[in-house]
Amino acid sequence: MIGDATTRGTARTRASLSARGRRRSFRLVLGLLGLVYLSTVFAGFLAPDDPAAQHRDVPFAPPTRVHFVDGTSRLHLRPFVYGLARSSGDSEEYVEDRSRRYPVRFFVRGAPYRIAGIFRGNRHLFGTDSPTRLFLMGSDDYGRDQFSRFLFGGQISLFAGLLGAGLSLGVGMVLGAVAGFYGAWVDETIMRIAELFLALPWLYLLLAVRMALPLHIEPAEAFLLVLAVIGLIGWARPARLIRGIVLSAKLRDYVVAARSLGASDLYILRRHVLPQVLGLVVTQGALLVPQFILAEVTLSFVGLGVGEPVPSWGNMLASLQRYSVLSSYWWMFLPGFALIPVFLLYYTIADALHQRSGAFSV
Amino acid sequence: MRYHAAVRYLCVRLGHGFLVLIGVSVLSFLLAEAAPGSSFDELRLDPRISATTVAAMRDRYGLDRSLPEKYFHWLQSIARGELGFSVAYNRPVGPLLWPRVRNTLLLTVTATALAWLIAVPVGTWAASRKGGWADRVAAGATTALLSVPDLLVGLGFLLLAVRTGYFPTGGMVSIGFAALGPWDQLADVMSHSLLPVTALTLVTLPVLVRHVRASLIDVLQAPFIQAARAAGVSERRLLFRHALRAAANPLISLLGLSVAALLSASLVVETIMSWPGLGPLLIEAVVARDLHLVVGAVTCSTVLLIAGNLLADGLLYLVDPRLRPAQA
Repeated sequence: MIGDATTRGTARTRASLSARGRRRSFRLVLGLLGLVYLSTVFAGFLAPDDPAAQHRDVPFAPPTRVHFVDGTSRLHLRPFVYGLARSSGDSEEYVEDRSRRYPVRFFVRGAPYRIAGIFRGNRHLFGTDSPTRLFLMGSDDYGRDQFSRFLFGGQISLFAGLLGAGLSLGVGMVLGAVAGFYGAWVDETIMRIAELFLALPWLYLLLAVRMALPLHIEPAEAFLLVLAVIGLIGWARPARLIRGIVLSAKLRDYVVAARSLGASDLYILRRHVLPQVLGLVVTQGALLVPQFILAEVTLSFVGLGVGEPVPSWGNMLASLQRYSVLSSYWWMFLPGFALIPVFLLYYTIADALHQRSGAFSV
Repeated sequence: MRYHAAVRYLCVRLGHGFLVLIGVSVLSFLLAEAAPGSSFDELRLDPRISATTVAAMRDRYGLDRSLPEKYFHWLQSIARGELGFSVAYNRPVGPLLWPRVRNTLLLTVTATALAWLIAVPVGTWAASRKGGWADRVAAGATTALLSVPDLLVGLGFLLLAVRTGYFPTGGMVSIGFAALGPWDQLADVMSHSLLPVTALTLVTLPVLVRHVRASLIDVLQAPFIQAARAAGVSERRLLFRHALRAAANPLISLLGLSVAALLSASLVVETIMSWPGLGPLLIEAVVARDLHLVVGAVTCSTVLLIAGNLLADGLLYLVDPRLRPAQA
């Protein structure tokens, strides 16, 4: 009997521990995701080079190796790199030129940049002495630093997903709430249109909407355009879900009571109905962002999204469409692999939110 | 009586699908109308072609008509099996689309069949050992697969083909296909489709496994399963004869719902592996501003989607007696 009580006791502690642990790991995941986004915001500082700067003498250089130990087995506290040389006269292979060490320097002056479009700077977290370059993720066919392009590309790809999801959820929320709240022909019209948008496979819809917009445009406009396209294709599903919740919410006694006290439609929507859909909206958001990041990547991959010279993870992957690049330069895959942890983080968040608000089954 | 009800049920679904199809074609026409520029804009810059020629061509292809007129014209051309005219290919759209639709179907139907063949046993197995190590391994594997974007899966398989040289690196048939005998032709298409089909199967698999597992867990908690277990029905018979049959309804609904995701994933895989399906054609058409071809491809994808849903509806009707009206 005593044994029984103890096991029950530990089981309870374990349950509360695991609840606390779950909360903690949820915060950890949120923090990690925040870190990923922050590192793209501070791309200018973290990246050693301008994302568009070309070094035509070193196309497709492999990721630079950072050394601590030199040829004579001496340990150096300050890491260093070697310069690049061709293995033979006209070879495309690179070898390290071990004749001279180039120390890795921190907080170096370099290409000017802006952070969030406001703060100017020219200090970079790390760099090395000219003419050597420190390509952490290798270089592309114009000898541009892939790591710098990757960080700046994250600004486009990651934020296109985030803002696109925000946009489509916003539109979906307004339309869904209006449809559910006013019912009758408003509901009919909105839901029939939503049905049309849901009747198309989303990539086909994405391309159809893309057709309606100009083909060649400035990169900044292209970003807004991708956002608009994503917002336009994504609203239907959240609108439908939100409509359902609003439909059931507006029949609740407290809503009827508020109405009998003379509350306006807008007040009821804002105070009594919309707070109920927030959980669903956030969960949907966590599921939509990865899909929309992928939408940008796919559009730019096929050349219909953000174009050169501005980097995005999609157009960085586009060079893999050439078999020679695909088979020879593995580091060109890295922007694609970066999507995996980002997606995992988002799905973990969606799962946790889903469990927390167990009431909604989506 | 029974046939009557079944026919009526299918007719309602068909009518609904038809209305959706009209809606989608109008929607894509509106989007095409909003598109700036046309295939003729570049001709205007060419000094060798006079303005009147361009105007005559615009007139011939009906670019200056009003939207309802254009749409009506397009509907008429459907009756002739043309679906409008592709300016870039200088041919009716219909004959361009049919082989592409066939190829996309070949890819997606095979991949779906394979994915279900794998997902049902794996999902059932995971559900029957809920919380055990097998379940956890399956959950981990599906989450991992879910996080790998289809683009990357496609590129990975392409790399495999290019690096090893064991597989064709794209397309659907080899050079000299026409000269081969029927069996060699079949083998050729199969070897070309091996990698795209595998890629597409892997992309669609994780969602299916998760759903199979979830709906089986739902069913396994039902009282009738408890009763059957108490009556001494063997665990295997319980799973495959009783539980799986009861879980068929949500799974078949999923079959209909997953067609949309399948076609989207297929578009990516087709584009990367240069499989001559609908996807690459649509992307080409968007880049070339070939409006009728875009409208045609988009409408075709909707037809496939609706057909998939109808198929699921029909299956559901056959499998689930609760959907049938009470027999008088």
